Amino acid sequence: MVGSIAFAGVRLHNPLVLASGIAGVTVATLQRAAKNGAGAVTLKSIGLKPRTGHPNPTVIEWEAGVLNAVGLSTPGLEKGAEELRDAVKRVKAPVIASIFADSAANFGVITEKLVAEKPALLEANLSCPNVMREHGVPFAYEPESAAEVIREVKNKAGGIPIIAKLSPNTHKLKAVARAVEEAGADAINMGNTLGPGMLINLEARKPVLSNKMGGVSGLAIRPIAVRCVWDVYESVKIPIMGTGGVSTGRDALEMMMAGASAVGIGTAVYERGFGVFRKVEREMDAWMKENKVSRIEDLVGAAHA
Amino acid sequence: MPNSNAHKLRLTSMTRVLSVERENARTVTLTLDAAFSAQPGQFVMCWLPGVDEKPFSISYSDGAALGLTVAAIGPFSQKIAELKPDNRIGLRGPFGKSFKLEGSNVAVVGGGCGSAPLAFLVEKLVAAKKKVHFIAGARSQDDLLFVERAKKAGANVIVCTDDGSAGRKGFTTDALAELLEKEKIDAVYTCGPELMMKKVADLCARKGVACQASLERFMKCGFGLCGQCAIDEFLVCSDGPVFPLAKLQKMKEFGSVKRDACGLEISFKPSAPKN
Repeated sequence: MVGSIAFAGVRLHNPLVLASGIAGVTVATLQRAAKNGAGAVTLKSIGLKPRTGHPNPTVIEWEAGVLNAVGLSTPGLEKGAEELRDAVKRVKAPVIASIFADSAANFGVITEKLVAEKPALLEANLSCPNVMREHGVPFAYEPESAAEVIREVKNKAGGIPIIAKLSPNTHKLKAVARAVEEAGADAINMGNTLGPGMLINLEARKPVLSNKMGGVSGLAIRPIAVRCVWDVYESVKIPIMGTGGVSTGRDALEMMMAGASAVGIGTAVYERGFGVFRKVEREMDAWMKENKVSRIEDLVGAAHA
Repeated sequence: MPNSNAHKLRLTSMTRVLSVERENARTVTLTLDAAFSAQPGQFVMCWLPGVDEKPFSISYSDGAALGLTVAAIGPFSQKIAELKPDNRIGLRGPFGKSFKLEGSNVAVVGGGCGSAPLAFLVEKLVAAKKKVHFIAGARSQDDLLFVERAKKAGANVIVCTDDGSAGRKGFTTDALAELLEKEKIDAVYTCGPELMMKKVADLCARKGVACQASLERFMKCGFGLCGQCAIDEFLVCSDGPVFPLAKLQKMKEFGSVKRDACGLEISFKPSAPKN
């Protein structure tokens, strides 16, 4: 049976984690995901100052997934800390705080403030592809920039386990993974959205997003996400949360065989509803039963053998 | 999408404006050449490329034409209200849960531009052989909406204005309270300013009458993914926008708080939302 697993020293109800930026603007919706069987929930990324993000259209569904450039909207650090406090108090599942900033130093400032609220884990969002005009190339594209942030975050984390959220959009992924492990990351979330991508509305003769381009998620990216998890598993010893295109039990098992010990689910919350966590868990149970696998941990990295 | 069959794919379609009718000083109804059909309470995300994309209630739909009734309040709605026949507007949808047609002697309570979906609803209720009382409320007579259309559909129309310039002077909720005393109303439907809808819901709860309200919140995806439009644990775009009384009563935020594009809380003031 699937059941509870340990991830970076934290016990999760099951390996399925609500990804950041999905129905996670309010504590009540995070609690809804937890009540519906999410093994852990990740808050929307918190930044230093309030940001509206990009103007609409920001999220568009297409034939094989979703394209989004929400652009890291956030109520800012003060309110973000309050929401985190509320989430830790009320949500009946481990709460993962997610943070972003424009510099390693600011990552440190945010970390210091938020770990006081005692989230179960802290995820450093090094990899949003939608703020390049303002923040430059994501930290997760280069080993040195990723490591510098993780060192700073780890320094201020006061013992809370740190997850480095990486990007599939770098050809230096293995080096980035090794660099964040060396810098002190306790785990890696592989990963953020793919891209940037673009779709154009023919009749409007314009890109569908106001930001013109955005991160791709959902079905289309699953093979990329699986390959990234594979590469990271070959490069580091710290545990991996595999995120990208997971919608069914088979998809989750695939991630685990690639090397993930936990699995992030985002876009599928829309496709299959908040009930996706229970549905995926049941599908995993059925496969394990049929294939005589009794411990889910035995499947982590099984495709590498 | 190949690995999920539980929803329809809704890509933005640049849809032609067929005609524009003026409803009142600042409200027009655009009739659009839209091939999908929708029910009262559902909405579409409307896109003016290079400007913005926002949700609007569907004020008419028959499978060939779609109506959008828009009050020119803010910069975006002003541009929409200026569209002419043959202009195009991007539509994505229809989204959301529609009103459930229940009851046999029903009240429909509308406030200002919030009445956008309600004439469509009145028409459906009358077609379903229900006795319909339409309480049309507005600040003054210039803001009244769908009084004639509801009368034409066969509803008993009760007009209220805050300033007494038309109909009775007073709030729609006063007119509703009076109606609930005089008639055996067994269902109430409402759409309008949130404080009004909260009073309507509270009144129905006290009287034990079924009630559905169509809520609105700032939206980004419009289809249940990003969480921007959350009210308590509900997503207005996919669990709503129409909510029954049982759910409304569970909501701490209904009538008290909403969120801006940053996710910061804004408390409700008695003024119309700006689109």
